[in-house]
Amino acid sequence: MQISFTINGQAQSVDVDGQTPLLWVIRDLLDLKGTKFGCGKAACGACTIHVDGEAVRSCSYAVKFAGGKDITTIEGLVDNGALHPVQQAWKEEVVPQCGYCQPGFMMATAALLEKIPQPTDEDIDANIVNVCRCGTYYRMRKAIHRAAEIKNTLS
Amino acid sequence: MKRRKFLKYAGAGIGLIVGGVYLTRHSWRRAIFEMGESAILPYQGDLSPQIWFQITPENQIILHSSKVEMGQGSFTSLAQLAAEELEVEVENIKVIHAETASGNVDGMSTGGSLTIPSLFQPIREMAATTREMLRQKAADKLGVTASAITLSNGVASAGNESLTYGEIVQDVTEWELPETPPLKDAKDFKYIGKPVPRVDLHDKVVGAPMFGIDVEVPDMLHGSVVRPDRVDAKLKSCDSSAAENMPGVIKIVKEDDFVGVIAETHFQAEMARKALKVEWDVNQTWNLADVVAMTKVGQGDAVVIQKEGNTDNVFDDGEADDVITMEFDSPIGAHAQIEPNGATALVKDGKATVWLSTQVPAVTLNEVSARLGMDKENVNVIPKYLGGGFGRRLHTPNAVQAAVMSQAVGRPVKSFFDRKQEFQNDTFRPPTHHVMRGKLDADGNIAAIEHSFSSGDVAFNSAIFPAAARPIIGADVGAIRGGAIQYRGVPNVKATSWHVDLPFATSWWRSLGLLANTFAIESFMDELAIKAERNAVDFRIAHLGEGEASTRMVNVMKACAEKAGYSEEVVNGRGMGFAASVDAGSPCAHVVEVSVEDNEIKVHKVTVGFDCGIAVNPDQVKAQVEGCVIMGMSASMFEKMDLRDNQLFPTIYGPYQMALMRDAPKEIDTVLIQGADFAGPVGEPPLGPIGAAIGNAVRRITGQRLTSLPLKLA
Repeated sequence: MQISFTINGQAQSVDVDGQTPLLWVIRDLLDLKGTKFGCGKAACGACTIHVDGEAVRSCSYAVKFAGGKDITTIEGLVDNGALHPVQQAWKEEVVPQCGYCQPGFMMATAALLEKIPQPTDEDIDANIVNVCRCGTYYRMRKAIHRAAEIKNTLS
Repeated sequence: MKRRKFLKYAGAGIGLIVGGVYLTRHSWRRAIFEMGESAILPYQGDLSPQIWFQITPENQIILHSSKVEMGQGSFTSLAQLAAEELEVEVENIKVIHAETASGNVDGMSTGGSLTIPSLFQPIREMAATTREMLRQKAADKLGVTASAITLSNGVASAGNESLTYGEIVQDVTEWELPETPPLKDAKDFKYIGKPVPRVDLHDKVVGAPMFGIDVEVPDMLHGSVVRPDRVDAKLKSCDSSAAENMPGVIKIVKEDDFVGVIAETHFQAEMARKALKVEWDVNQTWNLADVVAMTKVGQGDAVVIQKEGNTDNVFDDGEADDVITMEFDSPIGAHAQIEPNGATALVKDGKATVWLSTQVPAVTLNEVSARLGMDKENVNVIPKYLGGGFGRRLHTPNAVQAAVMSQAVGRPVKSFFDRKQEFQNDTFRPPTHHVMRGKLDADGNIAAIEHSFSSGDVAFNSAIFPAAARPIIGADVGAIRGGAIQYRGVPNVKATSWHVDLPFATSWWRSLGLLANTFAIESFMDELAIKAERNAVDFRIAHLGEGEASTRMVNVMKACAEKAGYSEEVVNGRGMGFAASVDAGSPCAHVVEVSVEDNEIKVHKVTVGFDCGIAVNPDQVKAQVEGCVIMGMSASMFEKMDLRDNQLFPTIYGPYQMALMRDAPKEIDTVLIQGADFAGPVGEPPLGPIGAAIGNAVRRITGQRLTSLPLKLA
């Protein structure tokens, strides 16, 4: 089926089986490889993207539901060449190790900051529930607080 | 570059031998024990500078690393080491994975925390040699003597004239390889010991396509494989009639060890694979209880790995009640790295190329060429950034599967496990069982201590450890990591390794036997300290004995306890626990602050004392410490696999519970101590103490001694 949506600010139209998880459309058809496959069951968050501003686990989101939606991936987090505050903070705190899960965490964090500009530790614990095997949570928590700081200074 | 000559560094092996008397049938066994226990293996590959360094006309230096980057930060450290001797900025060095066709193939693996220890000296020697080769060529081109050349920031100058390194290498076809120049003195280091940002930081923050699963090749198809979804089973039959007619399916390949579906898209390949009707021949029924019953001290093959004095004499002398015996155990653990295993292969016209995340490019190369019946010269393995390694990628059968599928269709094929397959086909951390025995003398000192432990395979049955070595070395060098008792001041010490053959694959898991062995030994040490009514830190220090290794451990223990303000007082259900271990020569101590509320154990803060010798990049050493703490606490508090009617469970995150943000300590305070003048192992040693430290805190808070991982209060 033909499905049209906006991704990272650009109109896109794809012709695929509507049951195909949005993740694979993004990765293989649109060649945006920053969104990762981790589990296929929405259990790890490596595939987190934004659909109309909401953090969504794209491995379990059939592409047929994406029609007319506004999608952002990690590649679209950069604004006119400038890193998003979350990405800046991730660099400042040197968060990534293997780095594979990090785009999902950064997307989840960017969505959180839109809803809660100054998240407490409890807000972070309740909302950032992705899985990182390298164990970067300690630096990530610092980076989330730092990202909030950067973002609030900018706005 | 034409001439090649090996450098001076032959790898005599830096490192410390823990010591102790090894009961050996053969001198080999002793040597291998020492390697497994504490010595640092030398680099097992080509140390020709031409293979490692490529200089572009744009004056960029490309370092072709035969060690892979799986998050441990070694690409950054390698760039620092090279920059130090090349007289260039770290930013001028781009580190990439060496393709096996480039000739830069590591005979071992990336693992054992050995990347930097094995390359600390060779990389600098190769860089210094390259620098002198550039100096001589610059002198020839500028018509001056080599001594008139000054090298700085990638530019050679003499008087008013200068050439960039990129200009120097133009049109040069033959190089003189000089004697290895002397290396910079530690006091003159510009980059070594500095917290340089990771060289892969930007790419990882913008989501660059750098991992094995991100490989895209023109005209590529997608594969999906069927492998046994239960243990001790073989493929009996596979009816593919329904799958063959599904949309996008190109071909179905039936081999003895797997069935592969090849389709236009990943989703189509997955759907068709799920439509296969597969039957299995199960040899025998297995449940977790069977595995637990097998993994017992006293069953299977035993090898004494450490013996001082005579423990039996001490235990047999006097009242039997004075002998303290405790048993501990640990469960089957999964790697659970987030990037699943898989590969992309192109096999065509007698040549094969394979792209994947692997810790063993040399093994992948051997296996793919053997299966395809091709000479290794015609196969190129291209390692990509790993979405986690932790030992899981020391086995790469997915490369063979992708290659066979590509050969069958003459087009590139990318094939990855889904998460369920990833859990079912893991090469797990083996379950373990431990018996500790000890006895205090009249003064409250340890008169004798014994550690007997049972484990499934770690090193045995892995591609990098030949089966032929097993009868020679006797004990599994991976399972015994951390199994020897470091308290050399105790007059009578014995450690015995028992090995069991389990019906499913177990193998290397970050830190190998260290986590479980330390859990047993350090929980027991705490019990002895309590019985002796002595401070847990002082009690340990009193038994460490003499020598360099002991001095380093004493310093680590003291620094950690002091920084944490270690106290054995419990206030409002909150208390501390202490534990320490030494792995591959790097000593590490943890103090954890824990609270217990409604039987829930919560870790608030972890203070770590760690001595890896020279920390090439202190920030990334700390990152590894933090990662070890969190991965270790996850394994110690939550993780375990079950086996029911030959099927391994769970097969998804969540039910396979792992530490999340809410579980991770809010504070991890790392104190680095430099107790040696070489760069020792980093990526695994800090994982050792965490399980015991948490258990020790729980014991002091609740009075309950937890003897099983994961730690759960009843």
